Amino acid sequence: MSRRPRRVLVMMVCYAIIGLFMLFFLFPPYWMAITSLKTNQEIESLKGIPLVIQQGATLQHYVDLFTRTDFLIYFKNSVLVTIPVVLISMVISVMAAYALSRLGFLGAGLIGTGVFLVYLVPDSLLFIPFFKIIGWLGLLNSKWSLVLVYPTAIVPFCTWLLIGYFASIPRELDEAALVDGANHAQMLLRIFLPVAVPGLIAATIFAFTVSWSGFLYPLAFIFSPEEMVLTVGTVTTLIKGDVYHWGGLMAGALLACLPPVVLYVFLMDYYISGLTAGSTKA
Amino acid sequence: MSPDSTAVQTAAPARMRAARARLGVRLRSRAAVGVLMTLPLLVLIAGLVVYPFFYAMYLSMLNKRETTFIGLDNYRFLLTRDTFWLVVRTSFLFTFLAVLWKAILGFTLAVVIHTLPTRGQRLWRGLSLIPWVMPLALSSLGWWWIFEPTHSALNWLLVLLGFTPQAWLADPFWARVSIILVNVWYGTPFFMITYLAGLKSIPAELYESSEIDGANAAQRLRYITLPMLKNIIAITLLFSTIVTLATFDIVRVLTRGGPRGYTHLFGTYAFELGIASGDVPLGAAVSLFMFPLLAVSAFFILRGIRRSAT
Amino acid sequence: MAQVLMKDLNKKYDEVHAVKDVNLHIRDKEFVVLVGPSGCGKSTTLRMVAGLEEITAGEIIIGDRVVNDLPPKDRDIAMVFQNYALYPHMTVYDNMAFGLKMRKFPRAEIEKRVREAAEILGIQELLRRKPRQLSGGQRQRVAVGRAIVRHPQVFLFDEPLSNLDAKLRVQMRVELKRLHDRLETTAIYVTHDQVEAMTLGDRVVVMKDGWVQQVGEPMELYSRPANRFVAGFIGSPAMNFAEVVIKDAGGTLWAETPGLRVKVPAARAPRLRAYAGQTVTLGVRPEDLHIAGGAENGDHTFSAVVEVVEPLGSEILLDVKAGTHSLVARVEPTVRVKVHETLRLALDPERLHFFDARTEAAI
Repeated sequence: MSRRPRRVLVMMVCYAIIGLFMLFFLFPPYWMAITSLKTNQEIESLKGIPLVIQQGATLQHYVDLFTRTDFLIYFKNSVLVTIPVVLISMVISVMAAYALSRLGFLGAGLIGTGVFLVYLVPDSLLFIPFFKIIGWLGLLNSKWSLVLVYPTAIVPFCTWLLIGYFASIPRELDEAALVDGANHAQMLLRIFLPVAVPGLIAATIFAFTVSWSGFLYPLAFIFSPEEMVLTVGTVTTLIKGDVYHWGGLMAGALLACLPPVVLYVFLMDYYISGLTAGSTKA
Repeated sequence: MSPDSTAVQTAAPARMRAARARLGVRLRSRAAVGVLMTLPLLVLIAGLVVYPFFYAMYLSMLNKRETTFIGLDNYRFLLTRDTFWLVVRTSFLFTFLAVLWKAILGFTLAVVIHTLPTRGQRLWRGLSLIPWVMPLALSSLGWWWIFEPTHSALNWLLVLLGFTPQAWLADPFWARVSIILVNVWYGTPFFMITYLAGLKSIPAELYESSEIDGANAAQRLRYITLPMLKNIIAITLLFSTIVTLATFDIVRVLTRGGPRGYTHLFGTYAFELGIASGDVPLGAAVSLFMFPLLAVSAFFILRGIRRSAT
Repeated sequence: MAQVLMKDLNKKYDEVHAVKDVNLHIRDKEFVVLVGPSGCGKSTTLRMVAGLEEITAGEIIIGDRVVNDLPPKDRDIAMVFQNYALYPHMTVYDNMAFGLKMRKFPRAEIEKRVREAAEILGIQELLRRKPRQLSGGQRQRVAVGRAIVRHPQVFLFDEPLSNLDAKLRVQMRVELKRLHDRLETTAIYVTHDQVEAMTLGDRVVVMKDGWVQQVGEPMELYSRPANRFVAGFIGSPAMNFAEVVIKDAGGTLWAETPGLRVKVPAARAPRLRAYAGQTVTLGVRPEDLHIAGGAENGDHTFSAVVEVVEPLGSEILLDVKAGTHSLVARVEPTVRVKVHETLRLALDPERLHFFDARTEAAI
């Protein structure tokens, strides 16, 4: 076979494979979306093709979500938890990463390795002792318990990511700033942070996503609807009685997914650079 | 050297000593600033990771009411229970199969995207990551609805294609297939993105020169791509092993461990015992069973990263 | 404006003794170049002057102040880095203004100085751009501009041209020289390129393994190298060396080695007499070798086989073999020779160099 037809064939095979993958990857969100727009009758109906909307679209499930459920409370709680978690995590991570990458002191290398190991500790290993500790602190059934525990999952990764970013800033830049007369604070605020903006964005996205998507901790620590965050609230309380309101459930799940997905769409490159930092950049 | 330099030569030794002392202070203060800035991180790790870990060990050696120290009795008890062994088997089976499929599919997709013209790669890469970006608990909810046996899409599709519909989440075999399927759906994008980054880091000259040497596509994969990606493949596999073994959201939302405990993993079983049934020490013991495997994986990841750094 | 004094300057890292007993007096307004192969300690020396490396022992004096324990910002120096070290997130203007802002200069003064520097360097149009929008040469100018707005007592240059391509490097070299003439500020310049060192320096300091080998004006280094290292390092193509034995033949000294026999000129004889019967190193620069025309007597000629001919346009380099010695001769472009041809070469007896075989010092 000559070169050109073979190239065309290879492309066709590639696109066929990509097509299958896209079908697999995107079917669940698609299915969630059309379900949320269908009327209850259509969802219950066993006739017709379920893959499309045949009896007219409705926004009723979304309206119900805001008017007849606690969805807005969950949303507000998620925001209230996520903002301080992101801020606290970023401040701790930035300071530690700057110190570990630039102010070489005894044991800095060891701490760097330790940070990486801590990052590998999964939440399903620690939630039980956390349950007790949060109990002592009187934070059981409070959303603020999450502000305490989420940084444990976020800070190690963000520190590690930022150490990598800071390390890639040439040392000459610090030296130039030093000759120019900057002190440590000025160096961090006026040189390092502006130069490391891509790293900061990647770390912030990570912090936001982890905090927003967390499920195990809020499920274990929070029981009453007024303190619940979106993930747990949607999964546990929107299911009412024996008949599942699929339309409303899917509407809630999709809306709750929206913030991280929107963030991803706009900041994809930063997101990916943070994601690949874990295994390719060392 | 020159006459005009004598003016500054006075009392040099004393000044040198003073200068060195001041220098010491400066160095020490730099280190002090460093330690101070790392302190919040250290407090966080010590207070909320290291301490809870050891506290979990201690907890796992108490009785159910947490009044008496009973040593390793909780562990011994678990080892006599069939349910626990079922959890162990499921966890390993789940982790092994899910990681394997994620790696195979992720690698395939990465190679395919890498083969496409550069222009379109961004779009496909972007769309492929959607499952990874959606909060897992919520997308699992979507899958739960897909698996619904009477009104939903999956069985409708099976019937359309002439197969028998399944009670996906109620049958032990199909329930296990389901949680693996959802985990593969969620985790494949991560494999794809790291492998794709690895593929892009291989210099094109290597492929060009191997083509001149007469290697075909399969040989290029065998002799260039795989050896060059060896480290990334290994690190990603180990990393995913840890995350997959610790899976919680999918099982909790889809099956809650059922039917009859057939889909319980360490995490969900620990939750069931420790939080839902109130036997905190027993739950702690279950989750600690994950630790040896995590530690071994972490060790090899660290080794892999050190290697790729040098 | 200030002199810079280094006294018994030493730098030791854990394993390496990078700078050894350096003593230098750089005069006010002087342009001094530190040159040497990589790892010779030249950069470390410069960085100690800048305050970026701690001084292990010795003293550095700028103006009349000992600066050993002063941080870089208080030393009244400005530095141009090899990779320019421009702040990537700031415009050209802000890059140049940063050092002045840190020193709390009034806004109008900053503005005036930056405009002035930009005009000197011809980068007025670039002030609003970011570093990544600049070419290599433009970045280089900005880096220099950032140094000159400060009106420092001393300029420090750390291999500032090594990232530029060859053509631009020559052009910037000339510009830097012109700039120094105009600003009349003391400057210390580090490079590994001996051509750069020779063309830029009022004086050149040759370093190797942490030691200063020789300090002198460019032509002095070239014509009277203090030792074999300097002789070989300065000049391109490098000086030819051959191990020869000094023979005393009835009061006349001869330098001999298989394939080569040269009469030692009378002026050099007194010092070399002590080496009679011993081996010394003979050094001849390529331009001091030429094709014998027949007029020369046999005292300074030898035959050699041409191995490679390198026609460079303005000259031709001949790689020849005389006995076991490989030599390079620089000859007129009009000379016609072929590979494998046997030639009779003559060397200029007045411009021979002799080095002690053991200490490598010039004799």
